[in-house]
Amino acid sequence: MNGLDNLAQSARDIWRNIAGSNRPDLIPLTRFSGPMPWVIAIMVALTVIALAAGLALNNAAQSAKAELEGGITIQIVEARADVREAQSKAAHARLQSLQGIISVRRVPQSEVDALIEPWLGSGTETGLDTAVPVPILIDARLDGPVTPGRLTAIQQALLEVAPSARVDAQSSWIEPVFDAIESLQWLALALVVLLAMALASAVLLAARSALGASRNTIEIVHLLGGTDSQVARIFQRSIGVGAAGGGFVGLLLAIVVILFLGKRFASLGAGLVDSGALGFWDWLMLAAVPILAAGLAMLTARLTVIHTLRKML
Amino acid sequence: MNQAADGEIVHFNNVGLRYGTDREVLSDLSFTLYPGSFYFLTGASGAGKTSLLKLLYLAQRPSRGMIRMFGADAITLPRERLPALRRRIGVVFQDFRLVPHLSAFDNVALPLRVSGAKEKDLEKPVYDMLDWVGLTERTEAKPATLSGGEQQRVAIARAVISRPDILVADEPTGNVDPEMAIKLLRLFEALNGLGTTVVVATHDVHLLKKVPDSLIMRLDKGRLSDPTGALRFPPRRPARASGPQQ
Repeated sequence: MNGLDNLAQSARDIWRNIAGSNRPDLIPLTRFSGPMPWVIAIMVALTVIALAAGLALNNAAQSAKAELEGGITIQIVEARADVREAQSKAAHARLQSLQGIISVRRVPQSEVDALIEPWLGSGTETGLDTAVPVPILIDARLDGPVTPGRLTAIQQALLEVAPSARVDAQSSWIEPVFDAIESLQWLALALVVLLAMALASAVLLAARSALGASRNTIEIVHLLGGTDSQVARIFQRSIGVGAAGGGFVGLLLAIVVILFLGKRFASLGAGLVDSGALGFWDWLMLAAVPILAAGLAMLTARLTVIHTLRKML
Repeated sequence: MNQAADGEIVHFNNVGLRYGTDREVLSDLSFTLYPGSFYFLTGASGAGKTSLLKLLYLAQRPSRGMIRMFGADAITLPRERLPALRRRIGVVFQDFRLVPHLSAFDNVALPLRVSGAKEKDLEKPVYDMLDWVGLTERTEAKPATLSGGEQQRVAIARAVISRPDILVADEPTGNVDPEMAIKLLRLFEALNGLGTTVVVATHDVHLLKKVPDSLIMRLDKGRLSDPTGALRFPPRRPARASGPQQ
């Protein structure tokens, strides 16, 4: 506790030297600092972590959406291998002739085998590669989003040449995951808002307590002709210095946690997780959190002090 | 100096004050204070001297009546405009009310800082004032390390440093020896000589004789009597031209 108080005092001294002012604080600032910078440090750390989680989820969702947007998969579900093969070729040719389709690719058998291996095992080991009629898959990419209308039109077009073809939008498979990610993003946002409210409440209580402790001094300053703004400025500056120090410590703590978690998730090697890495602007937003927290704390302190002083003559 | 058009600095008309629902501690006060005058406010303990002074230094609004200060209606004046009036009033509190964490220098400098004076302009007047009250050696001392008399002198220095239009002092000689009391009184007279209206509350009757031109206001159970007739027939002394420049 003393360490952070000393840090805040040093910051104030440096500021005074920079500002060329050696005037003492009218209100003893130690009364206002106390545990407040630590509370702010914890709040900022939690806010930065929650915000980082929200941003990472957003990045992952955006990346996955960009990858899947416009993608459709055509399954040729036909038990007879020769018919299946013939229909797949016809479907492939028909897709290439359709307007609005920018690429068509038959999924190689090796990829299909790899997809079903976790459930059915290796085809060569079990002999299932010939016994189980695995559908042929064709990936196609549209020049825009996959709408239900476009999907129906493609289905109709394929029906004539490949009656066993089933057309699905790739994004529809992962839609529940997007929904879950969106919920988590809202949760992260709600956490950030709640933490901001908690920070403001903590500052409000601290400001009231400091006002109570300094009531006599404030009365004297008032009777000597001091204005509410002058008194509020003292509290603002005090909480601003405390919040800046606490916010900086909180940001450092959060960065350590984020880097640690990032390393752990990166080792999973999962595509969706990897795509959630934070970018330059994300880090900039995280760095802005302590500044915003200090601003919020100063604003809260000012409003609290002005509101309380208005009750005095 | 910026008094009202008719030369009055303070005007009370039928003023009463009660705290909460208690009986009135001040009743039917009507008087006028003029620039450059020296007033003693006397009365027994509990007569209402401190309450009257609180009205004078705008720490309290009356329960009824009208108060005009420096030409402004102090009752209906918006709160935001009170600081400007208060900066024209110097106050010596009975309990000194020094800021405990500030040095003697910083306590005396407080009114100047509050009114926005630059740091470089503070040193000379503050050291002069501390010299005036004989505390040159104690400029860095905190109030807790000062004796009662020293604290009182710091409080007086703080009250007069900004050359107020009116000085209100509540028992300013209560904690000092007779020699220092006389010296402080001479300080008030000197300030009065520069045009400041001085109101000194005291129950020390010997003090009243020390300032020959002073006017006496006597409070008895919250009501004002006028033993010298000064309040009923105030001397129309013009404000002195050599008053302090604000």
